[in-house]
Amino acid sequence: MGVIRKIVGKRRGVDDLIFDTINVTFMLLLVVVMLYPMLNTLAISLNEATDTVRGGLHILPRSFTTYNYAHVFNEAQIIQAGIISVLRTVVGTGLGVFASAMVAYTISRPHFFLKKFITLAFVLTMYMNAGLIPTYLLNRELGLIGSFWVYIIPGLIGVFNLIVIRSFIEGLPETIFESARMDGAGEFVQFFRIALPLAVPVIATVSLFVAVGQWNQWFDVFIYNSSIPELSTLQYELMKVLQSTNTSGGSAADSFSRSLGGQVEVVTPQSIRAAMTVVVSIPIIMVYPFLQKYFVKGLTLGGVKG
Amino acid sequence: MSQSMNPVEAEKEYKARNKYKAKRGLRYFFRKCKEQKELLFMSVPFLIWLFIFKYIPLGGWVMAFQDFKPAKGFFEQEWAGLDNFRFLFGNERFFEIMRNTLAMSIINLVLGFVTAIALAILLNELRNIAFKRIVQTISYMPHFLSWVVVAGLVSTALAMEDGIVNTILLHLGIIDSPIMWLGVAHYFWGIIGASDVWKSVGWNSIIYLAAMTMINQEQYEAAEIDGAKRIQRILYITLPGIKPVFVILLIMNIGYILESGFEAQYLLMNSMNMDYAENLDIYVLRYGISMADFSLATAAGMFKTIISFIFLFGANKIAEKLGEARLF
Repeated sequence: MGVIRKIVGKRRGVDDLIFDTINVTFMLLLVVVMLYPMLNTLAISLNEATDTVRGGLHILPRSFTTYNYAHVFNEAQIIQAGIISVLRTVVGTGLGVFASAMVAYTISRPHFFLKKFITLAFVLTMYMNAGLIPTYLLNRELGLIGSFWVYIIPGLIGVFNLIVIRSFIEGLPETIFESARMDGAGEFVQFFRIALPLAVPVIATVSLFVAVGQWNQWFDVFIYNSSIPELSTLQYELMKVLQSTNTSGGSAADSFSRSLGGQVEVVTPQSIRAAMTVVVSIPIIMVYPFLQKYFVKGLTLGGVKG
Repeated sequence: MSQSMNPVEAEKEYKARNKYKAKRGLRYFFRKCKEQKELLFMSVPFLIWLFIFKYIPLGGWVMAFQDFKPAKGFFEQEWAGLDNFRFLFGNERFFEIMRNTLAMSIINLVLGFVTAIALAILLNELRNIAFKRIVQTISYMPHFLSWVVVAGLVSTALAMEDGIVNTILLHLGIIDSPIMWLGVAHYFWGIIGASDVWKSVGWNSIIYLAAMTMINQEQYEAAEIDGAKRIQRILYITLPGIKPVFVILLIMNIGYILESGFEAQYLLMNSMNMDYAENLDIYVLRYGISMADFSLATAAGMFKTIISFIFLFGANKIAEKLGEARLF
């Protein structure tokens, strides 16, 4: 009871008590609804596949094993896909955020004579999408198909991120830049020495957005590089597993076994899918709570001023 | 008359005239380019990038009026006039596609707004800050998962054998036998709506919570002294307080009215629910990439962009008329 009272807080009347009780109950329900599917998948990934097939597994593994993970990490294709996923996330985020910050800096300068023109040119593209086919043909003409760079270059700058960074730099006191100019600092120096260091909170937010977008992307792999296994990513490999289990009904029907040190361990598409889901999701779930205070601020900036 | 002017005055006049001209002329442009060459150096490469990747593809819209054959060069294509559009609008399948697109988009839009605002209000009413933090952090989590992962979680939860949704409904006695949720086409829109809410409700509530912190706290105190109940305070202070943010987001989202999402539908679609699952984006993908009918797919894509533009400007105009905040 003490815990509940603590959560509910000091009450001021019967009405308030009823409201708070319903509210807190609802929130607890929400937490369960949010967490259950993830914990269930975690349990499946850590449970023996033959045991999972029996059903009734909820949030705790019944017959613990790490074999599903061992199986996932034993596949050369998955290791390769993991490397590409990490690479595209690191390179895509690094280059994308740097480019966005640089352009954002220029269009945040009140004296820049192309400020309006460049801003408009970028913002218009938010609503003017040429569509899949023209984009596909352009990338083909540019020789990006079948290359790693198709993951990086076509989506280099996100307009939303650009606006978020611009709003932040515009909010910095102009006097800092002025005094730097008095000391003879050019635009590059002002960008690298003043704007970038002061914009760390917003850079962190945007980096998180871009990194998550890169890490979670599978569609460009599917469209441009599906015939090149060396350029596949984790999400695309998971997508292929998901599609195959969806069509086959996804159960033990096509399980296969491998002997491991005398003991026979079995994996099913379901257990592999669960283990892969955990592998692709863990990095993000570990990181985002620490950036929470930043992205709340960043989102507000972009939403209100954009 | 100019001969009668003395040279000093003539020079002055010449300068004044040129100064006026220079404000807007090429000379002004080049002077500024020279002055601000560092800023140009930092932005122009990316302006070129923007032009190549976002504006040149718009030229591809020409394909919508051609009978585009990938083997031929760009200028050797045969013109088809409006044939592709005629085929599109005369096609019964296209109407099903539009119905699915609009239905899922509107369901997602309405459910998205209602749930996000409701969650923000309820979170705002929590008194224990630590508890509020924990709930918020957990509610954002699904936003960071990919649709591939979420689609996997959804199909696990909806599984015929041992899926949690069927298990609960059976226990509560609401259904007698398990339902094959993804096998019945009629359920598809609801499943997409629910998945979308699960994934993004926490994230979408952030902006409303931020707007609520801007509301003057004295208003609440005054209302409390006047004896306003909790519900009344929510209805008369909190909701009007977040209205401007709501209007702006609504306009932005109406511009995306034909953007019903692609990944969720594509990943959860199967041969049994296809008639209710296939939307405009999937149609474009199917015709364009799989069947290589570039012209038809481009026509469909072009149609989508133009409708979105009309809706965006329409919504903006209406907001302007009503005296609300607007996008531009």
